[in-house]
Amino acid sequence: MTTEPAQAGWRFKAPSVIPGFGLTLGFSLAYLTLIILIPLTGLVWRSASLGWTDFWAIATDRRTVKALEISFGTALIAAAVNVVFGTIVAWVLVRYRFPGRRVIDAMVDLPFALPTAVAGIALTTLYASKGWIGSLLAPLGIKVAYTPLGIVIALIFIGLPFVVRTVQPIIEEIDKEVEEAAATLGASRFQTITRILFPGLAPAIVTGFALAFARGVGEYGSVIFIAGNMPYVSEIAPLLIVIKLEEYNYAAATAIATIMLVISFVMLLVINLLQSWSRKRYG
Amino acid sequence: MEVRVANVRKEFDRFPALHDVSLDIKSGELIALLGPSGSGKTTLLRLIAGLEKPTKGAIYFGEEDASHRTIQERNVGFVFQHYALFRHMTVADNVGFGLKVRPGATRPAAAEIRRRASELLDLVQLSGLEKRYPAQLSGGQRQRVALARAMAIEPKVLLLDEPFGALDAQVRRELRRWLREIHDATGHTTVFVTHDQEEALELADRVVVMSQGRIEQVGTADEVYDTPNSPFVYGFIGESSSLPVKVEDGQLWVADRPIGLSVPDAPNGKAELYFRPHDVELLEECNGCIAGTVVASRRVAGTRRVELEIGGERQRVEIELPIEHPAAQKSRVAFRPRRWKVFLAEG
Repeated sequence: MTTEPAQAGWRFKAPSVIPGFGLTLGFSLAYLTLIILIPLTGLVWRSASLGWTDFWAIATDRRTVKALEISFGTALIAAAVNVVFGTIVAWVLVRYRFPGRRVIDAMVDLPFALPTAVAGIALTTLYASKGWIGSLLAPLGIKVAYTPLGIVIALIFIGLPFVVRTVQPIIEEIDKEVEEAAATLGASRFQTITRILFPGLAPAIVTGFALAFARGVGEYGSVIFIAGNMPYVSEIAPLLIVIKLEEYNYAAATAIATIMLVISFVMLLVINLLQSWSRKRYG
Repeated sequence: MEVRVANVRKEFDRFPALHDVSLDIKSGELIALLGPSGSGKTTLLRLIAGLEKPTKGAIYFGEEDASHRTIQERNVGFVFQHYALFRHMTVADNVGFGLKVRPGATRPAAAEIRRRASELLDLVQLSGLEKRYPAQLSGGQRQRVALARAMAIEPKVLLLDEPFGALDAQVRRELRRWLREIHDATGHTTVFVTHDQEEALELADRVVVMSQGRIEQVGTADEVYDTPNSPFVYGFIGESSSLPVKVEDGQLWVADRPIGLSVPDAPNGKAELYFRPHDVELLEECNGCIAGTVVASRRVAGTRRVELEIGGERQRVEIELPIEHPAAQKSRVAFRPRRWKVFLAEG
C-alpha cells in the first residue's frame, strides 16, 4: 500500500539517488524499439505502399469488416465471460482449502503451455455434433463447432489463465480485517462483496480483461480448427490475413493487420487510462 | 450497555486460547485488557464483537445472550490496530458506511448521513478532510477516522484492538488523552486491548490483567499496582524485584538469616518475596535485613539502579538508590522492602 498522495498533473518523475536510471531507461527504449517498434513500423510502412484508395477499399471490404467484427466481437464476449468465471476461480483458489486445490491451481496454467492447435483440435472433437458435449447440445438445437460460438469457447479456454493469474494475487492481498470491519458496521456479506471487495479488485479485473481480450484478438491456432472458417460467418481476421498471404497479396495482409493493430492499440490505451485513473484515486 | 462474559472458553484447533474466562463490564466503563502477546486479550475482544464464536460459555449484552447473534446484529463498534479503512472510499464515505448499508426502513437519508459523518469528523478533529482518501492521511488521522466510523453506528459497545499500537510514541500519548476525552463526552461502554501497561493504567477505569488465556486480576490502576494478587501481575505491572525466601515460624528468611519481615499466617516452606525496587528502606545497621554486594550500577533518570548479589547463593535483585548514595562497586548495601508481598511456592 503506498502512502504517497496522488500526483497532480504530468510531471517528469525525478530519478532517485540510486544510480541506474539512465542505463535502464536507455536499455528499455532500445529494447522496445528493436522488438516492438521497428516490426510494427515495418507493418505500417508496408501497408502504406498501397495508397489511400486501395487501403480504404480493403478496409471497407465486406469480408474484412465481417472478419474484424467476428474477431473483436468474440474476443470481447470471451474476455467478459472469463472475467466472471476467472474471478470466481481465483477466489476459490485463494480462499478455500480443499483436496486437489494445488492440482486445480496448476491446471489453470495449462492453456498457457498447451500448443493452441492441440487445444483447438481437442475442443473441436468435444463440441462437434458427434462429440461428447456436442452430441448433448445438438438435440437442444445448439451448434458449437464451426460457428462463432465455437470461436468464443476456444477464446474462453485460451484467456482464462490471464484473468485468474492477474486477480489471484490481489485477492491474496485483501486484508481480512477490512471484511471484518464491514461486518461489524452491519454490512451483509453481499454488501461487503459489492461495496468493499469488488471495487478493490476492479483494477486487476480490468487488467485481466485487457490481457484476455488482447490474447483473444490475436489468437489463431485454436480458433481455425473449431471455427469452420466460413467467410462472413466464422472467419476471423488473423485467418483472413493468412489467406491474403497465401495469395501473395502482402499489401492487403498488412493493411488488415494495421487496422487490427490500431483498433487493439486504442482499446488497450483506453483500458490503461482507466486503470491509472483508478490507481491514482485509490492509492 | 452492560457486557457480561460468562465462563467463556475458546479453542483454536483444540489449542485453548482462553480458559473459562468471566468478566463483568459496567455500562459506560472504560476497560483495558492488558497482557503480553499470546495472553488471549485480543481473542476475548473478538469474542465480544462476535468475530469469533466461543467454544463454551456465553456473552451477554445487558440481559440478552448475544452468543448466537451475528456480528451484524450485535451493533458493536470495532477499531482495528491497522485501521482497516476502505481505501477506495473518501473519509466521509468511510464514516457513513455503517449507516449506508442499513436496510431501507432504518437507513437515514443521504443528507442526514453526510451530516452525521461531518459531525463525527468534527468530534475526532478531522473536519475539512471529508473528501480525502485514506492513503492521503497520516497514521494518527487514519485511526481517528476508524474511530469515527465505528461510532457512526451508535454502537452498544466500542471495542478497540491495540488502537495505538501502530503509531509513534508522541501521537500515541496525544491520542490516548484524546480518547479519554471522547469517552467522557460520549459515554460509550469501551473495551480496549493493549500490551502497554502505561497506556492501560493511565487510560482505563479498570484494568483486566491477562496471562496465558486466563484473567489474573481485575481492578483499578491503584489496585493492580499496589496490591497485585499474583506473581505474574507483580512482575508484569510496574518494576519489580523478587527473591527466593523461606518461611519459618511466621518469619521470612533469606539463606541463613531472618530479614525482619513477618508473615504470621503463612505455613512453613519455600516462597518468593516480591517488592518494588524504589520502595525500599536503606539501613545502616543490619539487624534483620537483606544485605548484598553491589555488582552493577546504572543511572536511571533521577535515581540510581543497583544490582545486588545476596548471600552465598548469589541471588540478584535490583533496588533504587538516591543519586547521592555513596554505594560503589563491591560495597555492601543493606535494605528492607517497605511494601512487599510473599507468594508461596507452588506444590
